[in-house]
Amino acid sequence: MTRSTWLKLAPYLFTIAFFLLWEAACRVFKISGFILPPPTAIWAALLQYQKPLYTNAFHTLWMTSFGFGLSIVFGLALGLLVGSSKLIYAGLNPLLVGFNSIPKVAVVPILVIWFGVGWLPPVLTAFVISFFPIVVNVATGLATIEPETEDVMKALGASRLDIMTKVGIPRSLPYLFGALKVSITLAYVGSVIGEQNASNLGLGNLITRASADFNVPLIFAALIVLAILGVFLVAIVDIVENRMTGWAKRSQMGNA
Amino acid sequence: MTAFVELHDVTHVYGGGDGPPAVEALSLKVREGEFAAIVGPSGCGKSTMMKLATGLQRPKSGTVIVAGKQVVEPIKITGMAFQNPVMLPWRTTLENLLLPLEIVQPHRSRLRSHKAEYVARAEGLLETVGLKGMGSKFPWQLSGGMQQRASLCRSLIHEPKLLMLDEPFGALDAFTREELWCVIRDLHAQRGVTVILVTHDLREAVFLADRVFCMSARPGRIIAEREVTFARPRDLEVTYTPEFAAIVHELRGHISAARQAA
Repeated sequence: MTRSTWLKLAPYLFTIAFFLLWEAACRVFKISGFILPPPTAIWAALLQYQKPLYTNAFHTLWMTSFGFGLSIVFGLALGLLVGSSKLIYAGLNPLLVGFNSIPKVAVVPILVIWFGVGWLPPVLTAFVISFFPIVVNVATGLATIEPETEDVMKALGASRLDIMTKVGIPRSLPYLFGALKVSITLAYVGSVIGEQNASNLGLGNLITRASADFNVPLIFAALIVLAILGVFLVAIVDIVENRMTGWAKRSQMGNA
Repeated sequence: MTAFVELHDVTHVYGGGDGPPAVEALSLKVREGEFAAIVGPSGCGKSTMMKLATGLQRPKSGTVIVAGKQVVEPIKITGMAFQNPVMLPWRTTLENLLLPLEIVQPHRSRLRSHKAEYVARAEGLLETVGLKGMGSKFPWQLSGGMQQRASLCRSLIHEPKLLMLDEPFGALDAFTREELWCVIRDLHAQRGVTVILVTHDLREAVFLADRVFCMSARPGRIIAEREVTFARPRDLEVTYTPEFAAIVHELRGHISAARQAA
């Protein structure tokens, strides 16, 4: 087989190997299914609880996408604002870092007090946990425009808006997509935390109920579903990224 | 002599404070259509002078006049090219060339409706610099010399009255550099544009320019002005004549003196 076929197969082979190792470890060391269920037991749970897993996964996907969408819009706007002005950057930086340092689990009770139990707390938790990387990366992309590029633009009489739209935004797109991949997984963490504490639906809620029943295989099944959802959304971001910022991966395109 | 670009007794301090001036009591005049070169030891404020002339920087004192008007904001009749070609990597070469037209009036409002005409103009320019058919390539698919040619095209696409070149060939190998000298020479001859070239290559300055200014070390000022009267169009052969060598040697003397004074 050629190197490139191996490269294409590698993700599948590694994943299969991972689960085989896991299964083997459980059998060889006779680990109790209550501590760490083997993949076969998790598979059985996946089949047995298909329906609740499916509906709750759909709910979580929906919560996460909504929160993630909010954080793209808000993160992009704030990132553009912060990146375009040194004054705003200096002023907002400590606030943003401080806000990001707050554990979001601690915010959920506040959200419950404000909005009650329901779909808003998971969405908002997903949002607050995932917007920070977007802000930072977009701001960095804008703040690192080469001075010569700016000179060329200014000497032509370009306004700040021209420089922003023609140079700043396209230039910060690769940074944005880098941030989106971090943010999307964070958004899942956020929505699940929200569902665990303030929702009657979603995988987070399912995990809470399963752990109350000591149904360990179901907990793991829910975690696997979450992982799959995460891979799925990151793959979507990847596709969009390759469409929009292929120029930033020039070495790959140069070989093609 | 009527000057097209005139700097009179200009002093500039970066940051607007009381720090050491980058240029001090700098005066020079360049006529319309003239090719001027500015040479000097590194860090002498050559690039500062360029920013002052285009209005990217405002002088602390003194006046800058371009095309009969005092410069108080970035003037839009200039094209610029730098040592770093600064092409935008997400645009093809052709789209990079069209960038100034998206900003400068009247092209800005005409670009959409007269796209074909402007594209033809850009392709014509690419052809004159030897990049025919390269418009669809991305800049990072071009060599350094080709990028620099494209950058020259971009600086000329909106038909500026004044072309500012800041060590545009500094990062290129000697042969490519001499090729591009000829490209610039021909562009200047065709278009009658006023050119100010900042360089530290004395042969480049003498080969291309009608008038060479020598700057002193920081704070920069003009310490010598030399007219170069070789007939145009000049052939690269002229650079091997004794007369040419004599002028280069003379300028070399000024720069050495400036470096020692620093």
